Amino acid sequence: MSNTTIFSAKKIITMNSSRPEASHVAVRDGLILGAGSLEELATWGEYTLDARFVDKVLMPGFVEGHAHTMEGSLWTKVYCGWFDRADPNGKLWTGAKSVDAVIERLQEAETVLEDPTAPLSGWQLDPIYMDNTTVTRADLDRVSTTRAVGVLHASGHIMNVNTKALELAGMLKPGLNHPGIPLGADGFPTGELKGPEVMTPVGPFVGYERSMLDADEAGLRNFAKLCVRTGTTTITDLASRMDEKTVDMMLRVTGEPNYPVRLMPFRFFMGLSAKELIAAVLALKERTTDRLRMGQIKIIVDGSIQGFSARLRWPGYHNDAPNGLWYIAPEHLSELLHLALEAGLQVHTHTNGDQATQLVLEKLAPALQKHPNPNHRFTLQHCQLADSAQFRTAAKLGMCVNLFANHHFYWGDEHYALTVGPDRATRMNACRTALDSGVPMAIHSDAPVTPLGPLFTAWAAVNRITASGRVQGEEERIQVHEALWAITMGAAYTLHLDGEIGSIETGKKADFAVLDADPTVCDPILLKDIGVWGTVQGGRIFPASNL
Amino acid sequence: MNQEIPVIVIGGYLGAGKTTLVNHLLRNADGCRIAILVNEFGDLPIDSDLIEAQDDEMIAISGGCICCSFGSDMTSALIKLSSHNPVPNYVVIEASGVAMPGAVADNISFLEGFSLAGVVVLADSECIQAQAVDEYLGDTILRQLSGADLIVQTKIDLISPQMVSNVCSWLTSVNPKAQIVATAQGKLPPEVILGVEMVAGQPQSSGHADAGYDSTVFTEIAPCDPDCLAKELATGGLGIIRSKGFVTDYAGQKWLIQIVGERYDVTPMVSSEQDGMVCIGRKGALDLGAIGVIFAG
Ligand SMILES: [Zn+2]
Repeated sequence: MSNTTIFSAKKIITMNSSRPEASHVAVRDGLILGAGSLEELATWGEYTLDARFVDKVLMPGFVEGHAHTMEGSLWTKVYCGWFDRADPNGKLWTGAKSVDAVIERLQEAETVLEDPTAPLSGWQLDPIYMDNTTVTRADLDRVSTTRAVGVLHASGHIMNVNTKALELAGMLKPGLNHPGIPLGADGFPTGELKGPEVMTPVGPFVGYERSMLDADEAGLRNFAKLCVRTGTTTITDLASRMDEKTVDMMLRVTGEPNYPVRLMPFRFFMGLSAKELIAAVLALKERTTDRLRMGQIKIIVDGSIQGFSARLRWPGYHNDAPNGLWYIAPEHLSELLHLALEAGLQVHTHTNGDQATQLVLEKLAPALQKHPNPNHRFTLQHCQLADSAQFRTAAKLGMCVNLFANHHFYWGDEHYALTVGPDRATRMNACRTALDSGVPMAIHSDAPVTPLGPLFTAWAAVNRITASGRVQGEEERIQVHEALWAITMGAAYTLHLDGEIGSIETGKKADFAVLDADPTVCDPILLKDIGVWGTVQGGRIFPASNL
Repeated sequence: MNQEIPVIVIGGYLGAGKTTLVNHLLRNADGCRIAILVNEFGDLPIDSDLIEAQDDEMIAISGGCICCSFGSDMTSALIKLSSHNPVPNYVVIEASGVAMPGAVADNISFLEGFSLAGVVVLADSECIQAQAVDEYLGDTILRQLSGADLIVQTKIDLISPQMVSNVCSWLTSVNPKAQIVATAQGKLPPEVILGVEMVAGQPQSSGHADAGYDSTVFTEIAPCDPDCLAKELATGGLGIIRSKGFVTDYAGQKWLIQIVGERYDVTPMVSSEQDGMVCIGRKGALDLGAIGVIFAG
């Protein structure tokens, strides 16, 4: 039996510019021996021909450069979102389009719970699409008055809970005075809890006890299934606190023979001083494996635009909301950038607002003069409001950007009308400008904030359609081939993995997305609808139908 | 008795002197168990000679005090502290340099077992006015100051007396509601920062209200409307930085009153203690006459 397998396919889109298309790909020891014609590949000697993909289109396995394993963990709870969304087992949950529909769905889940004291938790509620209707504790009391019920919003920053949950947390009392705890006419909390600090005391009673920053075992397996269903073979967890126990668990699970994804967790910057953080991440780097790539840092600089916590430059928010919040002091940011450059560790920075982006650019420049490293590839994550000058500076400094293309679809209308106004909403996530400025670019889902799905993300960047169906920012649309590059080589580049993955060429990992149709010839508006058969990862075959 | 643990939030930008002040409090804890909460064990949050033992989450400090790091989850850390044995007498949260101490304080309000005992914001006398116009930080600095009950103007030994008073007036214009105290090395009487200590149910006039502070006990207090009384004391321009004690209302009900700056809190109590309140202010700044008149009804 030979140790070389040659897969035939309807078409292989390689993303290798020397040879963009092929009909066959040869795989040996989990690596790509070559892509070309059968005749060419046969010159390597004995092989087994595998024709299972003969009517499929192969692409390099997709690379998601900004997601969170939390997406996997959340699927153990009841999906209450507005949009249709597929779960890890492939079941499509239709969107719940009213408060009644949400309640009905929770009631259904409640009836099958056997333990009468078990909490019931839901996720991804988004009242923006329901005229901002508040879900009250009276609504959720219709689900149960005897067990605690809690539903997390899509933003992750607001939760609605029932009376029992408030009671268990000792918060069912009148006269609480906190901007994050709205009170009803009776003086008692309405059950809406805004902000992580307010949610924390109730969390344990409604099934949200763990810090959602840490992966759990079931979540990690769910996450992997979603990856296979979306053609994703390498994905980040951005960010993780990576305590000892979690790292051991992640090493064990990703090391299982059938774990189908390469996971790249970034260490969250908070909780350690700058020097301790560097030491901790250097130690993690020592323990890295092929399927668990450790040794990177994630810094959060500001908040979110729709939460009005992103830091904006003049003229600020369109609705006159006060400027947002810093999550790191400029001196602390500067110290971390210096130390990371010195230690050779990569940093990705979350900046939503343009002032936060500006701060990173200004702090990185002197750090680079002190510790020159032309290949650092520090990446601006989200970077949603950057203008063209900022993209040019990012390019000059050797930075990459990972733009939030999905966001534009889900919240673009909101930004146009409310948060930043028409002009800046039009240039949000400016993929065209980024590419024209020469910044290496990826695009992302930020799952679970929006669903994981690189083809959807490509669709969003190519079409720039918002949830209401408008094209917003025509000039910032990119070509299909550019979007496909962004979800493969582009993302791989931001992770320092472009020598290993992202294209189908000799010596790289045998990672493929197996597609039902050819994204380069279909109508661009149909990109998101292309079926995914499954993946090949490190030469191992993972059909979505058999997870 | 009221079993709630008083929580003091200490805020202010990097370099304002938070660590110096916290270490001073620990050195002068005098048997009080203070729990310090910090974001992270950064560059030595606690002077090394005070440390008895240390692990990843907690530093044990001589005299029964502790220091815990909470990373990004302050609420969980507080909930954990409430079951710590022995229960701390005070919790001091050292907010990060960019945190809004007022918002941190809001989060105390709904936590079982804790009560807010004041928001203290530190301002570096040398830099605060420049920081307040910084392109990136200006609005953050101003929002921090305006959330304070008590502003500590630090490092006054580094500038001229004239500048000290200029900065003080400027701070007053930023937050007219806050009391302002000045210090060179963070050496303030602990009760200015932590609040008045109760011994055997009685407010104590301070043993170490040294340099520059007066601490006076009033025991002649007529039956009153406790809410009105507290408001008058807090907002009447009487020079009161902190005040605490018991009063009786017209119906004979006992109340605990706590004041810091213009923030006041009245809580009904079951207590047989005698009425009495202690008031702390800068030396010579307490309007003892006017306060006495208010207490007399
Ligand atoms: Zn994210």
